[in-house]
Amino acid sequence: MTDMTDMTDSKSEIIRLTAAEIAAKIASGELTAVEVTEAHLARIEAVDEKVHAFLHVDREGALAQARAVDEKRASGEKLGPLAGVPLALKDIFTTMNMPTTVGSKILEGWVPPYDATLTKKLKDADVVILGKTNMDEFAMGSSTENSAYGPTGNPWDLTRIPGGSGGGSSASLASFEAPLAIGTDTGGSIRQPAAVTGTVGVKPTYGGVSRYGMVAFSSSLDQGGPCARTVLDAALLHEAIAGHDPMDSTSIDAPVPPVVEAARNGSVQGMRVGVVKQFRGEHYQAGVMQRFDESVELLKELGAQIVELDCPSFDLALSAYYLIAPSECSSNLARFDAMRYGLRVGDDGSKSAEDVTALTREAGFGDEVKRRIILGTYALSSGYYDAYYGSAQKVRTLITQDFEKAFEQVDVVVSPTTPTTAFPIGERADDPMAMYLADLCTIPTNLAGNAAMSLPCGLAPEDGLPVGLQIIAPAMKDDRLYRVGAAVEAAFVEKWGHPLLEEAPSL
Amino acid sequence: MTVTTDLASYEDALATYDPVMGLEVHVELGTKTKMFCGCSTELGADANSQTCPVCLGLPGSLPVVNAIGVESAVKIGLALHCEIAEWCRFARKNYFYPDMPKNFQTSQYDEPIAFNGYLDVQLEDGEVFRVEIERAHMEEDTGKSTHVGGATGRIHGASHSLLDYNRAGIPLIEIVTKPIEGAGQRAPEVAKAYVAELRELIKALGVSEARMEMGQMRCDVNLSLRPHGTETFGTRSETKNVNSLRSVERAARYEIQRHAAVLSSGGTIVQETRHFHEEDGSTTAGRIKDNAEDYRYFPEPDLVPVAPAREWVEELRKGLPELPRVRRNRLREEWGVSEHDMQSILNAGAVDLIAATIEEGADAASARKWWMGELARSANESGRALDELAITPSQVARVTALVAAGDLNDKLARQVIDGVLKGEGDPDTVVEKRGLKVVSDEGALTAAVDEAIAANAAIADKIRSGKVAAAGALVGAVMKATRGQADAARVKELILQKLGVEG
Repeated sequence: MTDMTDMTDSKSEIIRLTAAEIAAKIASGELTAVEVTEAHLARIEAVDEKVHAFLHVDREGALAQARAVDEKRASGEKLGPLAGVPLALKDIFTTMNMPTTVGSKILEGWVPPYDATLTKKLKDADVVILGKTNMDEFAMGSSTENSAYGPTGNPWDLTRIPGGSGGGSSASLASFEAPLAIGTDTGGSIRQPAAVTGTVGVKPTYGGVSRYGMVAFSSSLDQGGPCARTVLDAALLHEAIAGHDPMDSTSIDAPVPPVVEAARNGSVQGMRVGVVKQFRGEHYQAGVMQRFDESVELLKELGAQIVELDCPSFDLALSAYYLIAPSECSSNLARFDAMRYGLRVGDDGSKSAEDVTALTREAGFGDEVKRRIILGTYALSSGYYDAYYGSAQKVRTLITQDFEKAFEQVDVVVSPTTPTTAFPIGERADDPMAMYLADLCTIPTNLAGNAAMSLPCGLAPEDGLPVGLQIIAPAMKDDRLYRVGAAVEAAFVEKWGHPLLEEAPSL
Repeated sequence: MTVTTDLASYEDALATYDPVMGLEVHVELGTKTKMFCGCSTELGADANSQTCPVCLGLPGSLPVVNAIGVESAVKIGLALHCEIAEWCRFARKNYFYPDMPKNFQTSQYDEPIAFNGYLDVQLEDGEVFRVEIERAHMEEDTGKSTHVGGATGRIHGASHSLLDYNRAGIPLIEIVTKPIEGAGQRAPEVAKAYVAELRELIKALGVSEARMEMGQMRCDVNLSLRPHGTETFGTRSETKNVNSLRSVERAARYEIQRHAAVLSSGGTIVQETRHFHEEDGSTTAGRIKDNAEDYRYFPEPDLVPVAPAREWVEELRKGLPELPRVRRNRLREEWGVSEHDMQSILNAGAVDLIAATIEEGADAASARKWWMGELARSANESGRALDELAITPSQVARVTALVAAGDLNDKLARQVIDGVLKGEGDPDTVVEKRGLKVVSDEGALTAAVDEAIAANAAIADKIRSGKVAAAGALVGAVMKATRGQADAARVKELILQKLGVEG
């Protein structure tokens, strides 16, 4: 920083840096963590009224964390690879110093008495948590319109959705409010928002990142993961949050795949890349398929071998998902009964506990949440269990087997991340089926439990909006996502002459 | 309440009907921590002081299985001759209740950890009855609701309820029998003997103290009747939380009589839960259980399956203690007591105490005499269990040793025990403090004997003439004079000596 530089200009430069660059500049002393944090807080103040990515901004907490990083550096302590880098945390992870609402009225104002494992890991890594981001209520949705606290705008076009459920996290990246964000992905809630905002999002292998302290929607599908603007940044964040957690029985007790090393050494040379024929058809926008087909061509040019795959069970994935996820959610959300925390309605001393619970759930849950609770309650009922939940579990097995067969032939699978670009806010709000189609390509991965990434592959010609390329890897081979992703990203940036986000309108 | 329930006589009921029972027993394990979190299971703590995000079911929290809980479940399964699942899962039992933090109970459904076993129980006359075990599965306890403002402590009529989640998440093993058929008129006795035997087994395994009065072991008695010669089960009632051995027997008996009265008058039994009333041994209707009750069980996705390794299971099998019935039969022979007396010892909860007292050096007859006599009486009076008394087997053994050495007689020994129970110290200290040594000073004794002979000349003459049995009266007089602190046997010897009679 020279004194020739105008403060405003330096701030606008800081917010466009990648996480890796910020960390390097803080480590070298070129920037302080406080400067970086202040620049991002200023950006949030300037644009978030329009974007509405954040539900809660923890100005004081963030600055205190940043000061601690600067003090560490001053005292000669070695800083971690993301020390001082700001991050936007999806409001689904518990935080002791901030409210955790999950985008729902039923938890309005609830400040948890404990930190999620992921929250702890971020703090331990000296990542500066700016605040909590908006989301579809309980992560149920593909547009963030289901948030009880109002929708989030897509920075590419504020009248359009930023994806969901993690629309707050993706929008915070695309609007340069934060260089890193955390999302959770049950059916596509990290990848689909990344796709429609031109950012990078990774759903790690199920069990790769602890779920302890992540408010559950569908336990067997939910997976927290990194969101960023570059593949390397996502890898750095992935490494910081991943790993076995004794507090989560379903977390995998094995070393974290070498994601950062892979991201630094992008290559598809000699790799076998699968293209699944079920990931195309009537629901897919022409411009999305055009960019996808070009991506496949690019992979060929980069030295990959393309293999056509048939995964017939994928056609059943959406149906199976909409039985399994609601079933689990109907049970997971039963605890919101007004007895111990959160909203309490009708407690006037005359009503029974049962009535208070019913009134609270009536008032506290939104329509989509209620829809899924009812659906799941029905699907688990005796007499229907085998036909619904039982059959869905069988489909899940078939999908897992289709993936296993596919990965005997290929190293990774690629597809569009989502069938269309960002749709206008309100367009699908009253049509749940249309909304559910947004996750057509992402859901099979959640059902099988393997890893997947979405990264930008261009703008759709017809609307000029970002298109996402999805890369899918076998379980615990998350590093392959980064190896392929880094190669594709580098090739595209070279082709475009700049990162895609530079084409986004200024806010 | 003035609800009168018609009851058939027990004999009439059994003349027409054949009872079929199912017993469901919940055992709270004695693990240090809860089933799915690290909170303490210690009883008696302040309300809600032993809770954490997991057992409070806070959003985002996740369970982790207590390995000791699984080990205890396998031990119980093995001791009940069950097969142990090679792979099983937990399941969620979904229903709303304020004392259940997640509004589902983490339990097991169609994949119990142990299944297909049996427990042989011995009835009072020595007959052995085999009770088949359907399954034993792991689950967690709920919190505790206290309904305030109502008359009976029940929710009906209460103004509000208090919730204590200290108990929420404490590990439970639920042990379910197969239908118990063919017990006939002995059904209530079989029920009681089964629960008693199970309690002994649990205690012997060291997995729980199984104190029924503290809710560590709770029993539901399911019962139905069918006419003699028919196969189809009748409609059952489920009498919940019958929490003493005697109550188990009474509840079964009452339900047999109630069902018989309903059926004989052409009525039908409603499938419902029943509350048991200790005061009069009756049951009253609880909640109707029709088939609409639906817990929407599904495999718990937050927990990985439990797959007990075969080698580990075999290791546990090898480490099982001698089973209580086998041990009891061995001890019965060693102690030389009848089946009936052994049964009383068992019912009094004295088997281990007597065994321990013998191990400390007492002879079997004395050990049994003190525990089943003086100490049982004391326990009874203070409303406590024998092993809750403030006296240890080694202290009892010391008292018997003092008696055997002639330092105490029975009367003094009772006073020593009284002192120990009152916390005055160990037997030797009590003897010291209360000055309870037998008078062994021959001079003092001889004087007392002379005095007694002089004061009872007529009796002395009788003895001289050969009626040795009359010496008892003189012994009594001497004992009285020495305030009981004399060795009665020695006194008798001296009297006979003085009067020139051979003993």
